[in-house]
Amino acid sequence: MVHWSAEEKQLISSVWGKVNVEECGAEALARLLIVYPWTQRFFDNFGNLSSPTAIIGNPKVRAHGKKVLTSFGDAIKNLDNLKATYSKLSELHCDKLHVDPENFRLLGDILIIVLAAHFGKDFTPSCQATWQKLVGVVAHALAHKYH
Amino acid sequence: MLTAEDKKLVQQVWEKVSGHQEDVGAETLERMFAAYPQTKTYFPHFDLHHGSDQIRGHGKKVVAALGNAVKNLDNLSQALSELSNLHAYNLRVDPVNFKAGGGQGIAKPRFSSQLLSQCLQVVLAVHLGKDYTPEIHSAVDKFMSAVAAVLAEKYR
Repeated sequence: MVHWSAEEKQLISSVWGKVNVEECGAEALARLLIVYPWTQRFFDNFGNLSSPTAIIGNPKVRAHGKKVLTSFGDAIKNLDNLKATYSKLSELHCDKLHVDPENFRLLGDILIIVLAAHFGKDFTPSCQATWQKLVGVVAHALAHKYH
Repeated sequence: MLTAEDKKLVQQVWEKVSGHQEDVGAETLERMFAAYPQTKTYFPHFDLHHGSDQIRGHGKKVVAALGNAVKNLDNLSQALSELSNLHAYNLRVDPVNFKAGGGQGIAKPRFSSQLLSQCLQVVLAVHLGKDYTPEIHSAVDKFMSAVAAVLAEKYR
């Protein structure tokens, strides 16, 4: 089980408290599809993904980004029980969605960059360190049920 | 790999960095050491406290080297050749840490060039805010991948 110090928990919740889940989620997913275009393979039915502008403006991308980041919020509420929290989601991503877990790591890194752009200097090195740990642990939990 | 547009964007971003090289370099390294403690193993001889002269000096070197790469985007292999030798034969930063474009999965170690890239991009995002657009983000990520690939060329 992952250990979280009081300081880490504080850094996580203080950032999360200021996150606009819909905006950040949409931006993170859009950037994933733009920076790592092969990830578009999972979104054939999303319509127009032909350019960064199209991707950013795509309503399905926005909606799905919001969904993904909302789920991330569940992780934050269950830091001491991540594997159980994400057990079903992990099975889904393996058995139905067939998503290579590498993609979770890519999205995690992108989320960090989105947070950095939003929070500027407030996203201190300690903040980043804690959040890199968080996205790593979330990615790990999501990959846990893969077989 | 890098399109003409990518190259333009990278050069644009780099212009914003010039004049702040030491700060960008120092902050990048500081973030890397904080977020990825394993990277400290390559600097046992350094004072790694915030603001240390050694971190500032080394950060400045790293950013200058990247700046040289930015000036030679059409010939990265040659521009980074010496550095590639240095990393492979002298410094011997673990090559498992050097794959361009990222790590291999959850349980496996992250590649240190990817770690440096991530931290540099966070610094750029912190300072540029929304000016660190998705297009620029993409170009810089590709550029750092290309640099990592060249540095890894001589490993074996």
